[in-house]
Amino acid sequence: MVSIVLIGLFLLIQAVPSLLVDNINFFTSPEWSTGDVANLRFGIRDLLVVTILSSLVALVIAMPVAMGIALFLTHYLPPRVARPFAYVIDLLAAVPSIVFGLWGAKVLGPALEPLATFLNTKLSWFPLFSGNNVSLAGGGNIFTAGIVLSIMILPIITAVSREVFQQTPVMQIEGALALGATRWEMVRTTVLPFGRSGYIAGSMLGLGRALGETVAVLLILRSSPLPSSFSVFDGGYTFASKIASAAPEFSEPLSTGAYIAAGLVLFVFTFAVNALARYVAGRGKAKAS
Amino acid sequence: MTATLTDPNRPAQTPAFQKISGARQFKNYLAMSLMGLAFVVAVIPLVWLLVTVVVSGYEALVNADWWSKSLKGVLPEQFTGGVYHALYGSIVQAVVCAVIAVPIGILAAVYLVEYGNNSRFARITTFMVDILSGVPSIVAALFVFALWVTTLGFETSAFAVSLALVLLMLPVVVRSTEEMLRLVPDELREASYALGVPKWKTIVKIVLPTALSGIVTGVMLATARVMGETAPVLVLVGYSRSINFDVFGGNMASLPLLIYNELLNPEEAGQLRVWGAALTLILLIMFFNLVATLISRFSAIKTK
Repeated sequence: MVSIVLIGLFLLIQAVPSLLVDNINFFTSPEWSTGDVANLRFGIRDLLVVTILSSLVALVIAMPVAMGIALFLTHYLPPRVARPFAYVIDLLAAVPSIVFGLWGAKVLGPALEPLATFLNTKLSWFPLFSGNNVSLAGGGNIFTAGIVLSIMILPIITAVSREVFQQTPVMQIEGALALGATRWEMVRTTVLPFGRSGYIAGSMLGLGRALGETVAVLLILRSSPLPSSFSVFDGGYTFASKIASAAPEFSEPLSTGAYIAAGLVLFVFTFAVNALARYVAGRGKAKAS
Repeated sequence: MTATLTDPNRPAQTPAFQKISGARQFKNYLAMSLMGLAFVVAVIPLVWLLVTVVVSGYEALVNADWWSKSLKGVLPEQFTGGVYHALYGSIVQAVVCAVIAVPIGILAAVYLVEYGNNSRFARITTFMVDILSGVPSIVAALFVFALWVTTLGFETSAFAVSLALVLLMLPVVVRSTEEMLRLVPDELREASYALGVPKWKTIVKIVLPTALSGIVTGVMLATARVMGETAPVLVLVGYSRSINFDVFGGNMASLPLLIYNELLNPEEAGQLRVWGAALTLILLIMFFNLVATLISRFSAIKTK
């Protein structure tokens, strides 16, 4: 189990030489050119923006839907019916990410194009909807990627929330019902307060997945020569998809080091998100017992 | 004098049970329908995706060559050839990964359940396993690249892919095994100790066989999961259109890698192969999942 430490250490060792000869600021520059080893110029600003935006879109969509499904399965459906329904949701987790990417790029993206055009032109007063650095045609933007990511992280958020909602003390549920609460009032006053920390922890695990998702995003997002305009209709690369896109050309140690540096940032990011999720879940468990 | 007329049937008090007010009822039904809607919203993409893949891909699969030939010497616009080479690669990489990850994972789980006793080291191990399960596949791939290829100087190969997959499979195996071992009733262990059987023999002869079906289920599910991983194969092995049986050297295809490469083929045949390979991959994973479900259904741990 020393592998975690090893991963961090190795990535760091390999990233440092490249970071030392980086000619521009690593954190604030949108530029990424590693072709010329004598003049390395790479910064992660745009990778960071695209990664965070796509994950946020995914989270905003997946969180309410997952909560609805988890409540529906645990407190509305009878267990006999709930089991096959839960199996259907778990089936989503069995679909490999490259198939999600394929479907997102070839089917969902073009289908979402009218909606994307509408949001981009009519609702452009909303900062995240204004501007785009790739053509909307075909839907190769963060919006599509975020929706596909939301579908991919839905099973894990649902599974974690379901487990926690299930453990709501029966005494509390029966107490609420005995006081004349409707089913929804019972859920609101007993299940939700009890399950909140588990739900948040599950969502953060989902966020971790979304941040690190590689191939689906790589297939969907269209690359753009322009820097990010901080809009969900941008194209570009996330950390993971940038690394994967350059993978066949990992030969020169220094330019590979640039990608490893990006991988290190991603690693630290997901580590922090996951550790936070465990912390939240652990605190919730301590409160419950 | 007009007596105030009161309804003789009027109850002395207002009834204890009153109807739920309209607003509360409305909210109740609204909440319920929103939850039902959430479920439907989740099922739509699943059905849409599966239908798309099946409709676009089945044509490739009904061809007999699909399962028994590689793409060696096949021109981009030709409809012939198959995915035998990629199928072989996918399965072999997953199996090699399982051969490495399963013993380590089971040993770690046995330690955690039987010897750990919530000690400091056990807690750290659990935490590490949790974190490892959150490591993105591309980071695992980069790590293996940095260790295996750059530092130790080996070539990129299918074995390197398997090493990266080990990192992804290990936490799943540890987690599921741990859960299964905890389900084994303590009475069994105590009965064994009472007969004077040493601890290691109790674990090997009593605990592990009791939990075996659950462990196998977990392993099958974990294998299915790593088969769909694309990031490691992109970074750690080159694509080959012909069959390569050598795990330790040379390029080797796998289904995700074949999809990724054939995407660049603009011909109709390429698109057919892409969807066909996607369907094959889903079928392969479904098969492993199904076997896992069957094993767990027919030989669940008897807790009583």
